Amino acid sequence: MNIKVDITEQREDFARLEIAGEIDAYTAPALREKTEPLSKQEGIHVVADLSDVSYMDSTGIGVFVGLFKGIKANGGHLQLIGLSDRLKRLFDITGLADIMDINSEVKGGME
Amino acid sequence: MNKQETLEAQYSKILQEYMNNQSEQALYAAQQFSRTALAKKVPPEEVISLQKNAMQQLMPDLSPEVWHSFDILLEVMTAYGFAFREHQSLLDTQKELKNEMEIASNVQDTLLGTSVPTVDGLEIGALSVPAKQMNGDYYHFVHDGDHSVNVAIADVIGKGIPAALCMSMIKYAMDSLPEYRKDPSAVLESLNRVVEQNIDDSMFITMFYGMYELRSNILHFASAGHEPGFFYRGKDKEFLDLEARGLLLGVDKNAKYKRYEQAVEVGDMVILMSDGVTECRTDEGFIERETLISYINEYIELPPQEIVNKIFRDLERLQHFQLRDDFTIIILKRTK
Repeated sequence: MNIKVDITEQREDFARLEIAGEIDAYTAPALREKTEPLSKQEGIHVVADLSDVSYMDSTGIGVFVGLFKGIKANGGHLQLIGLSDRLKRLFDITGLADIMDINSEVKGGME
Repeated sequence: MNKQETLEAQYSKILQEYMNNQSEQALYAAQQFSRTALAKKVPPEEVISLQKNAMQQLMPDLSPEVWHSFDILLEVMTAYGFAFREHQSLLDTQKELKNEMEIASNVQDTLLGTSVPTVDGLEIGALSVPAKQMNGDYYHFVHDGDHSVNVAIADVIGKGIPAALCMSMIKYAMDSLPEYRKDPSAVLESLNRVVEQNIDDSMFITMFYGMYELRSNILHFASAGHEPGFFYRGKDKEFLDLEARGLLLGVDKNAKYKRYEQAVEVGDMVILMSDGVTECRTDEGFIERETLISYINEYIELPPQEIVNKIFRDLERLQHFQLRDDFTIIILKRTK
């Protein structure tokens, strides 16, 4: 039960997160703590790469919804990329795939 | 003072015995002594005093420096004494909290209590087991005379006490909208507005709401991001996903929930669950929906309540009896 959250790029209007490991009730607080400050930045575009996330449960969904709402409220945009089919399914079931930007990235570029 | 004298006498005896013979028995007696002292809540600095007093009696001729050294040891141990007392008071607090949790858990059972309705032609089985003391899963039945049986199954994202408190709110919100309860879309849209206004930004609820119409045998349902259930077609012995799309409650106050329909024939079953069932982690990874189906299939001829009990028992064993998430499963079977 480990998680690694790296902010690999951070500018005033852009941040890139790389998350690796498992996101569950035990690791979610660490993820929330690391990402929360980003949601307070006005008009920020955040890209979160979840390629190396091996497991996520509903608590993890909670963290991303919180982040999504926070960023959106401050006029920013959250983009989740690199989701495995299992992770993608969680966002599909919860209806979040319809309102969040998920797996839309073409490698190496931004929309 | 009597307790002090007894302890002092005991200590002195052990010390003397060991100074004379260095025997194993004396060491063992010392271990026993420390247990007694702990049970009597004797703080560490008091044990140093015991040593000093005993030494003064047994070897009164030691140089004054030795006695002075005990004063330093006493001072150093004082902080340990504080830690000891703090530990004691934490143990008391913990005991109090544990009692309160038990009461809260009973209150929750009473508040959220629902009984499985007895309906001619429809057999119902339901089971909900919390991973911790308080349950973040919830199910509720309303039997509307000859018209319908309504069933709600919900899961709060987040566990423990906050989730449980949140569930009580949902239950009361649901109770206060009886006029809509026949329309699953209206129920979810109304609850969504309650949740959106009242709940913390990172707490969300998934819910499936179904209204089983008894005369037409049609299940009307809608889902707010809830794990899809199964529909078992008895005639073909096949399992279909009870697919319904809809957003989690509490994300967007304007969310709309589509109403779906499923005709139910004799021998068909509706199987609803929380994600604690499908997110059950085993040594070989996660349980797949197909695996779950194979478990249900094994008991398909049994009455619904026995099916849910047996599935829980099997999944619990797969996880070595350590539930990681609240577990809820409901089965409705049309029997005639």
